Amino acid sequence: MASPARSGRMLLTAPALAIIVAFMLLPLLLMAYISILEKGPAGGVRWGAHTVEAYVAFLFERDLADELVLNTDYLRIFLRSFWLAGLTTLITLAIGFPTALGMALAPPRWRTFLIFLVTVPFWANLLVRNYAWIILLRNNGLVDQARHAVGLGSGPLDLLYTPVAVLIGLVYSYLPFMVLPIFASLEKLDWRLVEAAFDLGARRWQALRRIVVPLAMPGIVAGCILVFIPGLGAFITPELLGGGKALMIGNLIQSQFGAARNWPFGAALSFALLALVLLAMLAYLLRYRAPPGAER
Amino acid sequence: MSPSSLRFPGLRAVLASFFVYLYLPIIVLVVLSFNASPQATIWTGFSIDWYGRVLDNPDLMRAFRNSLLIATTAAVGATVLATLAALGTQRRQGGAVDAVNAVIALPLVVPEIVTAVASLLFFIMIGLRLGLGTVILAHLVFCIPFAYLPIRARLEGMDAALEEAAADLYATPAATFRRVTLPLLWPGLLSGLMLAFIISLDDFVITYFVSGPGATTLPVYIFGMIRIGVSPEVNAVSSLILLISIAFVAASWVIGRLKR
Repeated sequence: MASPARSGRMLLTAPALAIIVAFMLLPLLLMAYISILEKGPAGGVRWGAHTVEAYVAFLFERDLADELVLNTDYLRIFLRSFWLAGLTTLITLAIGFPTALGMALAPPRWRTFLIFLVTVPFWANLLVRNYAWIILLRNNGLVDQARHAVGLGSGPLDLLYTPVAVLIGLVYSYLPFMVLPIFASLEKLDWRLVEAAFDLGARRWQALRRIVVPLAMPGIVAGCILVFIPGLGAFITPELLGGGKALMIGNLIQSQFGAARNWPFGAALSFALLALVLLAMLAYLLRYRAPPGAER
Repeated sequence: MSPSSLRFPGLRAVLASFFVYLYLPIIVLVVLSFNASPQATIWTGFSIDWYGRVLDNPDLMRAFRNSLLIATTAAVGATVLATLAALGTQRRQGGAVDAVNAVIALPLVVPEIVTAVASLLFFIMIGLRLGLGTVILAHLVFCIPFAYLPIRARLEGMDAALEEAAADLYATPAATFRRVTLPLLWPGLLSGLMLAFIISLDDFVITYFVSGPGATTLPVYIFGMIRIGVSPEVNAVSSLILLISIAFVAASWVIGRLKR
């Protein structure tokens, strides 16, 4: 039924597409281009002067004799970011999988409400949710007070402004991203398969490992991508809970547009982050034929 | 209850502790915002003074007004654009629709910090002065997918026979849209509008990059306050913005579940 009126209707998508192309796609292309320009003497860039210096600067710096020497400052930040994002993914998976399983096995009329309860914090302000953890973690904050009240040691724990605090904040911030896609996979699971496994004498652990986990794999992988990627680019959590002592890639990017004034380097870091995201999405698309999280 | 739920005991306890963990920090924050003590984390008595302080702070109220103006403009604009796009792809499939959906989903895929950097560079390069205008433009872009998804879901769930019946009864396309499609669509519209509004109101990272000195929003202002330190005033204003978001999400959820 492709009447002229119906194909003409596609034109209705033009305004939204135009806005996104003009103010998102073009800026991303410009950013990619700026990452291969020379930085200007007082900030900004030198147009027409192309160089890969910004990418070289990920690992090297130039010494006084203009020779490249390994600079481990940024490398440490990259490793910390990957390490923290990876650990966040593992911990959210460990908490998120049993939670999603519990939700999927809850009575159906409860399920929509449980999904609602998981999504509310996602919409609540990220800044404020991280601030709540400052109150809990700071010296003589609520965690310390609770610990003293039950007699678990005295004196402050000194948790705030450490990588552990950042980890706690990241897990808390991104947990819904892990629970929801796993739940979506589990909800569609045919539980008769699990019953059959039990009837054939499988133990609980075997049924989980051989039936439930393999069938929930698309959701598990989607959850891992949806937690790892924003975790890697996190800015608010390390800024508030790391207090400058646990910088991540996001903070390094931000500083290139503040004090450091190195736009090409900031653009190169952002572009590298974007490339990682697109690669992860592409890999997922090729493997599961649907974008991660789309089955919700 | 499905028989399998009996096979995995202890899941109720897991669920319960999960939701305690998820909500406890938020509840602690809201409770402490009613604390009389100027020491933000030591309870001495009930008080609503800090909320009074917040409302008396002119800078904070200006930031709040900026936030409302930006969120309203961006959300209304995004909802209009998203509605048009959703009508354009209604009951259609194939490569072109997939491409449209992919472009609209772009703001959801790109990490916020990357969008922030790209937008900042773009606005500077095309010579736009950073301010309310640039913030509204940036917000408009990332609000579109949030408005698009519930509107499209509602349209897809709509019975094609209703619109065809209107056409059979000699309704013009405009009349069909006004008398049939729109009345059925409004819960999706409202739901999308509210989600877009909340996403804009809460945004920090992108706004922080593209706002410039004159266009401080509430989250950017709160960030500055948190940088200075924990205080009962921050607790109060944080609780306020949390409650606004939760109220909107709850309302949007209820509207989204209205009878089809």
